[in-house]
Amino acid sequence: MFLKIIHACKTSKRKVQLSFCCMRSILSLSLSLSLSLSYFFFPFRHDIMKWNGWGYSDSRFLFNKKGQAEFTGKRYRLSGLILPSLKDWFEGTFGANLQHKSPATPALNVSAVPPPNLNESFVEELKAAGVALSQEPEDRVFRSHGHCLHEIFALREGRISRVPDLVVWPSCHNDVVKIVELACKHNVCLIPYGGGTSVSSALECPPEETRSIVSLDTSQMNRILWIDEKNLTAHVEAGIIGQDLERQLNESGYCTGHEPDSMEFSSLGGWVATRASGMKKNIYGNIEDLVVHIKMVTPRGVIEKSCQGPRMSTGPDIHHFIMGSEGTLGVVTEVTMKIRPVPEYQKYGSIVFPNFQQGVACLREVAKQRCAPASIRLMDNEQFQFGHALKPQVSSIFTSFLDGLKKFYITKFKGFDPHHLCVATLLFEGDREKVLQHEKQVYDIAAKFGGLAAGEDNGQRGYMLTFVIAYLRDLGMDYYVIGESFETSVPWDRVLDLCRNVKERIVRECKERGVQFPPLSTCRVTQTYDAGACVYFYFAFNYRGLSDPIHVYENVEHAAREEILANGGSLSHHHGVGKLRKEWMKEAVSTVGLGMLKSVKEYVDPSNIFGNRNLL
Amino acid sequence: MEPLGKHMLRAELESFFDILEERRQSSDISHALRTFSAQPYHEATPPSVKALNRMVLESQFLRYVIAEVAAESGEPPECVKEEAAGILDKMAQNLQLSFIRLLGFSLSKIFKRLFRSIWVNEDGLARLQQAIQEHPVILMPNHRSYIDFLVLSYIMFTYDLSIPVIAAGIPLMGMSLIGEIFRRSGAFFIRRSIGSDKLYWAVLSEYVRTIVRTGFAPVEFYVEGLRSRTLKSLTPKLGLMQMVLEPFFKGEVYDVLLVPVSISYDRVLEETLLAHELLGVPKPKETTTGLLKARKVLEDDYGCMHVCFGKPVSARALAQGRVNRGQFNLVPRGLPLNASAELQEFVNGVAHLLVRLQEKNMVLSPWSLMTFTLLQSPQGVDWDQLTHKTLWLRTLALRFGAHLNWPAQLADSEVMSDSLALHHSIACREKGRVQLVEEVGPGPVTQEEAVFRKASAVLMCASYRNQALHVFTRPALVALAMTTAASPRKEDVFRRFCFLQELFANELIFIPGHAVQDFEEGCDGLQQCGALTITDQTLRVTEEEQDAIIFLTAILQPFIETYEVVCRILCEERFQTFSEKSFLSSVRDAVIKLLISGEVRSYECLSSNTQKNVLWALLRMGAVSKSRVAEQNEYRVSKAAVRRIWETLGGRVTPQVMSYSRL
Repeated sequence: MFLKIIHACKTSKRKVQLSFCCMRSILSLSLSLSLSLSYFFFPFRHDIMKWNGWGYSDSRFLFNKKGQAEFTGKRYRLSGLILPSLKDWFEGTFGANLQHKSPATPALNVSAVPPPNLNESFVEELKAAGVALSQEPEDRVFRSHGHCLHEIFALREGRISRVPDLVVWPSCHNDVVKIVELACKHNVCLIPYGGGTSVSSALECPPEETRSIVSLDTSQMNRILWIDEKNLTAHVEAGIIGQDLERQLNESGYCTGHEPDSMEFSSLGGWVATRASGMKKNIYGNIEDLVVHIKMVTPRGVIEKSCQGPRMSTGPDIHHFIMGSEGTLGVVTEVTMKIRPVPEYQKYGSIVFPNFQQGVACLREVAKQRCAPASIRLMDNEQFQFGHALKPQVSSIFTSFLDGLKKFYITKFKGFDPHHLCVATLLFEGDREKVLQHEKQVYDIAAKFGGLAAGEDNGQRGYMLTFVIAYLRDLGMDYYVIGESFETSVPWDRVLDLCRNVKERIVRECKERGVQFPPLSTCRVTQTYDAGACVYFYFAFNYRGLSDPIHVYENVEHAAREEILANGGSLSHHHGVGKLRKEWMKEAVSTVGLGMLKSVKEYVDPSNIFGNRNLL
Repeated sequence: MEPLGKHMLRAELESFFDILEERRQSSDISHALRTFSAQPYHEATPPSVKALNRMVLESQFLRYVIAEVAAESGEPPECVKEEAAGILDKMAQNLQLSFIRLLGFSLSKIFKRLFRSIWVNEDGLARLQQAIQEHPVILMPNHRSYIDFLVLSYIMFTYDLSIPVIAAGIPLMGMSLIGEIFRRSGAFFIRRSIGSDKLYWAVLSEYVRTIVRTGFAPVEFYVEGLRSRTLKSLTPKLGLMQMVLEPFFKGEVYDVLLVPVSISYDRVLEETLLAHELLGVPKPKETTTGLLKARKVLEDDYGCMHVCFGKPVSARALAQGRVNRGQFNLVPRGLPLNASAELQEFVNGVAHLLVRLQEKNMVLSPWSLMTFTLLQSPQGVDWDQLTHKTLWLRTLALRFGAHLNWPAQLADSEVMSDSLALHHSIACREKGRVQLVEEVGPGPVTQEEAVFRKASAVLMCASYRNQALHVFTRPALVALAMTTAASPRKEDVFRRFCFLQELFANELIFIPGHAVQDFEEGCDGLQQCGALTITDQTLRVTEEEQDAIIFLTAILQPFIETYEVVCRILCEERFQTFSEKSFLSSVRDAVIKLLISGEVRSYECLSSNTQKNVLWALLRMGAVSKSRVAEQNEYRVSKAAVRRIWETLGGRVTPQVMSYSRL
């Protein structure tokens, strides 16, 4: 009965505004229930999410008793389905074996969490100000990491390093102002926490930090404050999660159109802080194009512009100090964003190319003619095969017959080599007529590069893959397979060379470092621009026989990044720098550039209150 | 930083197989017509010659250079483009398998006639086959004879490996018919002196890069630039070296594999010709009739030929930590590359390393070792003593890591008499004494002519010594440095060593920046043969092995003498400004006089090759300056500087500035 109530509260997402003192008194009633109770009062996402893996607790891949792969839960299109070919692909690609399991520690060992190092007077004043907070180990551990491989791997092994000493939940801008003031006064270190989907070690507590570390969780600042239909903008609190923002705007007939792959879990503030990019940026733009106004609380005070003019010539744009600052300067509290009416019509599509070169040439041409659909992505052959392995069980003989026919047409009739062909996935949006027209234009260009339209279904599956791939990593980790993705952006003329060289470098580095099985080293072009493209790499390998797989993994990733940079790729397109890629910042932006950034930090936050040590 | 290619410079024993053996037993026709199926790189299918040439002409690079040349010269771009197309037509290869087959057939015939056997290391071929499938491969053979021009293609045809595309000199193309056969066998032709012809340079470099980039065939070129007239390795040329590396620098290919190939002959076809050329007799122009006339050389016995394919050297591995490939990120890769100093240094280092690897893998003949003693005894030597010394030298050479082709199944004396018989044109044994053979000509002769004939014999003999010179270079240079250093302290000897290295940089191959390693290698060699002990940073010659030091020092004596005599001549009044040509003829005349008067002892001083090297060395060291006057290089001597170098060489002055701190 009690659990039911909790559950009801959780799912209703109703905000319960209680003063801290009140909560405290309830907590003192029963220590044993304290954890559940804190959940009771705050509709946290973390009770429905895994503590040591990606996404929702109810959604995961597993191999059932028959050895068939299935995806649990009800949230995704794949949920509840059997994926008959995943096992063969998995075993074949990685040399993995379902008999060789590497299960995770089932539950967090609370005693392994270091006791909090609290700044008592800071805590007292915070309580007095009525800001919600917690020092429970679970809460602190949950906010001590992002989703880098090494972070998740450590959690699965039950290893806990430095975690925040305290978690605070401001409920509005003014709460944040208060918290930052107190932090400055008492010299504690603040680490802003949004959706926790960082893949740049940005949320890791610097081990050298001796002050009390406070995780500032923005999740309670999640309201849309107003919608301005005349100017098509919305003013939103920065803690809102992507999917909630979209859903709530949809209710009023609008959307932002900003859909990073992590949008189920990542927050608006996080997007701003990392210069995020959305899948549909071709129509809606990246975060820097979407933002009209930002409010950020810094140790020096609040920074914001005085008006909402659509463009200004008032010196360097101060938004660009904020965007990409990765939590080193302050907390983004409120953002005014552009919104658009929800599109009338959406259509997926896909194109098969005889090889990756042709595919890239086609994407380049599409970019040249500036007719890219909302999204256009090109998977290489390995990823195409990977996507195929995720095909659910075919329901009818007719579909399977059709699939066979398609395959025959492409490989036999058109002469595409199944080991070279690759697939582009497309998403069109807009009014129906224009979409169809647009579709034709793109398919016509594709035809010039030997591309064949390959159906809506393949396209849609391609996009689904992005949402479930992170779940697949957890499956891999159950069977000695570790992996990660990383990205870059690169001028058009270097795309092919960069892809080939980086993939090759990964394979060779793995071999040199004693990885026993050939790795999965694959890439896709995920965004097109006038002057270049964004490229995403997936890299995974079977680590059986390695004594320190994470070390090997990190070395290979490091080498891969070196290779990217040597081939004219950028340090990051949208993941950010964090602490993972910090060592290359000077090279990336020049000594003077780094000095500029440092001097801003110096002015805004001289005592390094925002001490996550990212970026600089 | 670890020296370039540190671990590569160790010789390894490989097993060799005679490819002529099979040819003598089965039909040449069926060999030539057999199915040929090579595994190319990344399954790349060779583009047609037309397609390849179009790729080159339409490249961003060439379009850019054409526009630039047009703007500079005022010619319309179309004309410049046509000119470029003309250059390309004249240059391009036209590899056709049928011609390779024809070549296979005729070379089988020729080789069987000339050589007793052609030994090839099959391990090397297996490695090569692997390499070709992985990355673009560059074959870098040494060049000692016209014969080696197509020998790699022949071997690769025999072993089902992709037929290489070969960089050749224009003179070869001039030979009617033969030029075309070569072209169709995969040769492309390069002008000897490109100088500042921007368009030509652009066409050539883009052509080479395109071949490397597409990787459909290995590229073969002579890093030494030309055929070595002295049979000694030449200082590498960097133009082609840089071109083949560029696609890697710019990330257009993952890696480029450089394969050193060492070709060595028991006896070189052109031996007499070479000596004459060194003495200033002009080389006959390459013509087809000339070739036909040369048929008579086919009747002689030339012993064995060895071809050793070295381990592929990864450009990527060499560049690790040395080349910042990111330096090309800010300019379109199709635009001309302004090589940074860092990059030039790297390319230079790689080129030198490859020449060193060629040297290391070279298979040496017993004759090469015999010539050392022969040259050190101008009056002839007793057979017994020659045997004794050569066997001693053999032990030494093996200690220093040389590859020797010394048949184990024969008695040593038999091996040596065999070698002597093979080289009857150079030396002969009479009444137990071995002496150099002088050319017979119509007598009576003038004093000059006598000197000339004597010199010709010596230079011919010296060229075989040169084949093995690299084995002894470093220990000999340390030995020499010790005998003339200010003190036996390591520091002083090293300073002396560095001076000698710098002076001889055109003469002997040293990887730039490797002075310390070279010095250590030399010391190690001497310590190994027991001639040297090092205690308290002091080098001492051991009493028992003093002979070794004397012998090693004597190896370099002819070079020292040439350098000294040229310096001496340059210090004379009449030399102020001169051209290269007048330099050579004046020096030759002066040297002949000095030889007659007995003031100069070594006939090797007449080698125009060494004389030129002295000039380059002095130029490099700033004692001579070069300026361009009326389309000609004009040299100007600073007598004081030349005198200082001369005196330093003689040990009368200690060399300055060299730092020992890196040791």
